[in-house]
Amino acid sequence: MRTGAQILWECLIGEGVKHVFGYPGGAILPAYDALCGYPEIHHILVRHEQGATHMADGYARAGGGVGVALATSGPGATNMVTGIATAMMDSSPIVCITGQVGSKFLGTDAFQETDITGITLPITKHNYLVKRAEDIAPTLRAAFQLARSGRPGPVLVDITKDAQQSSCEFDRQSYMPFPVADCKQNIDPSQDALALDMISAAERPVILAGHGVLLSNAMDELREFAERATIPVAMTLLGIGGLPASHPFNLGMMGMHGEAWVNHAIQEADLLLAFGMRFDDRVTGTLKTYAPKAKKIHLEIDPAEVNKNVRVDVSLLGDLRQTLKRLLPSVQRVDRQAWLHHIDELKGDSAVRDIQKLPDSGHLYAAHVIHDLWRETNGNSIIVTDVGQHQMWEAQYYKHEQPRSLITSGGLGTMGFALPAAIGAKFARPDAEVWVVAGDGGFQMTMPELATAAQEHLDLNIAIINNGYLGMVRQWQEFFYDRRYSATPLLSPDFAKLAEAFGLLGLSARTREQVSPAIREAREHRGTALINFLVEQEDSVFPMVPSGAALHQMIRRPNPLVETAADA
Amino acid sequence: MSTVRTFIVYVADHPGVLNRVSSLFRRRGYNIESLTVGHTHLLGVSRMTAVVAIDAQGAPLLEANLYKLPEVLHVDDITMVPSLHRELVILKVAALQSVRPEVMRVVEAFRARVLELTAESLVIEATGSEEVIDSLIEGVRPYGILEMTRTGRVAMTRGNAPAFMIDGKETPAQLASRFGI
Repeated sequence: MRTGAQILWECLIGEGVKHVFGYPGGAILPAYDALCGYPEIHHILVRHEQGATHMADGYARAGGGVGVALATSGPGATNMVTGIATAMMDSSPIVCITGQVGSKFLGTDAFQETDITGITLPITKHNYLVKRAEDIAPTLRAAFQLARSGRPGPVLVDITKDAQQSSCEFDRQSYMPFPVADCKQNIDPSQDALALDMISAAERPVILAGHGVLLSNAMDELREFAERATIPVAMTLLGIGGLPASHPFNLGMMGMHGEAWVNHAIQEADLLLAFGMRFDDRVTGTLKTYAPKAKKIHLEIDPAEVNKNVRVDVSLLGDLRQTLKRLLPSVQRVDRQAWLHHIDELKGDSAVRDIQKLPDSGHLYAAHVIHDLWRETNGNSIIVTDVGQHQMWEAQYYKHEQPRSLITSGGLGTMGFALPAAIGAKFARPDAEVWVVAGDGGFQMTMPELATAAQEHLDLNIAIINNGYLGMVRQWQEFFYDRRYSATPLLSPDFAKLAEAFGLLGLSARTREQVSPAIREAREHRGTALINFLVEQEDSVFPMVPSGAALHQMIRRPNPLVETAADA
Repeated sequence: MSTVRTFIVYVADHPGVLNRVSSLFRRRGYNIESLTVGHTHLLGVSRMTAVVAIDAQGAPLLEANLYKLPEVLHVDDITMVPSLHRELVILKVAALQSVRPEVMRVVEAFRARVLELTAESLVIEATGSEEVIDSLIEGVRPYGILEMTRTGRVAMTRGNAPAFMIDGKETPAQLASRFGI
């Protein structure tokens, strides 16, 4: 016989879980009491349950497994909501387990009772309320299977206190995780043939590589496909890393803050091959004028994404890697040098992004910081960003060579994501170098997780791009609201001193020549190091497609600060 | 161009499943004309008839979104399939002795049934297509409708095709257990 609480831990161990990010409380106390009997589980005490969900999310994105977060009922559970919605929008497989009041008290407004399955219904793939010990194991198996199957996503399991306390038979040895469920794969040879014909006939094709490339581990297939058919690849924010930045066919990021040549290539294309991406509004600009000359082929695992935003001519449903493997032998080699050459011309001087030799004007720009960070780490670090200007600068100036090396909240745009997600990423890949890149605004939203990093003796690096504003909002106010900086100037603590208060290394840099030494010192430091980069306050992210404008109607850089040929 | 479409949705008979389906309609902005749910002859399987105003392009997306709910077992868009549509209405009509014969003529014309007679009112019940029910309501409206309830559409395809089979092999119970329902 086992208690429900014991069964919970034994199921997690059976699922291969080694790390659980959580926070105890009344309704989950039986589970925490039983945890003492399972030293193979490393429990990380967070400072806020939102942090636990972001950590589980970062853990899943960096390592490719399922992240697990644990919280009590009521406020513990509701604090998870932002993290769950973040994981939902970005298809990140996490399992959130919450305690619930005893089953007899359900529906009575008992102390710390909340209807968390009702609350999270639209932001989970599915959720479960478990009221009996016997149901814990089958529910957890189903939850893990669902989280990692098909298009991954968050699943919540709410377990009443009495279910944790009561006992039933459970055979730990025979526990086997459910395999990943087969996804709906509509293999129609006529559609394959149609797609292949369109690819062969295209003169100006572009591949749009999304998060699906990473989620289905289709990096090799993507590269082979692009090389064989000679097709340039534009990346979504979450697709970055799916093809090395140094690959000659990698155009860079598309969309609202994509480089001009990427967006122009898409607008001029006669064929778009969408690989595991969903034509988000940040990627398309206004749909009325989106890629008007292009036929579209959509390779997608989620049938509900096909023809949602953009009408496509052919859709091939199923796991991206399987679909690409099926198509690859039939993909014709076509010479498209003229098209590649044309895109090179579109780049012009602005393609030169190496700004190392830029004369020091006395100003420190965020681009310098990201650029120097890229140089110092050779593009091989895991970078976990927050949301805002620094996030876009990171995507533009840090050239990611590895898959799963940019972890960022794309769909929901969750400020406060970076620090906890980076903590999760570090647990998933302890040997990797992990950097937080955050703004002064977002960092303050989940700053207490510094204590978590300190308590766990993590070797993290944190770069705060501190411009004294909620920068992206300020930029919109500058461009679209006549520079009325309503509620965007931001007072921050001295972040370096703050780090010291947590027993961490705190550094500051305010000039260009201080950037690299600070990065080096942080990298050499054993333990978490934070660098407060005091950058230009009213710098903006360029280019920018204004909301509702066509993709090629970008606001360009007013002066070529970091993109002239002379910088190289 | 929105048209009214009819979907048959088989779901696991599980607490909260109606909430999940209706929440999906709400958050994706689908306009529900009617939604009915009840048990089927299969243990553990409930059946919904959803009538939704939606354009032809949106219909496959609605289906795909429904399938993202693990408790949705099977969806049929029967809009273009020859089908029987029925709805039930119960009406309490003011019917004093003076007008009762007239009301009864309406009742008979629509083949409605009288469930209860009092000195001042009649409770009548009728089933039929929405159009027939609408006509009946208009027929008795001049006498004074005191209370009314209608169920919304239930539908079934014509012909002898089996009502419900998933891939021809899995029973609903097996399917339900696969999803841990």
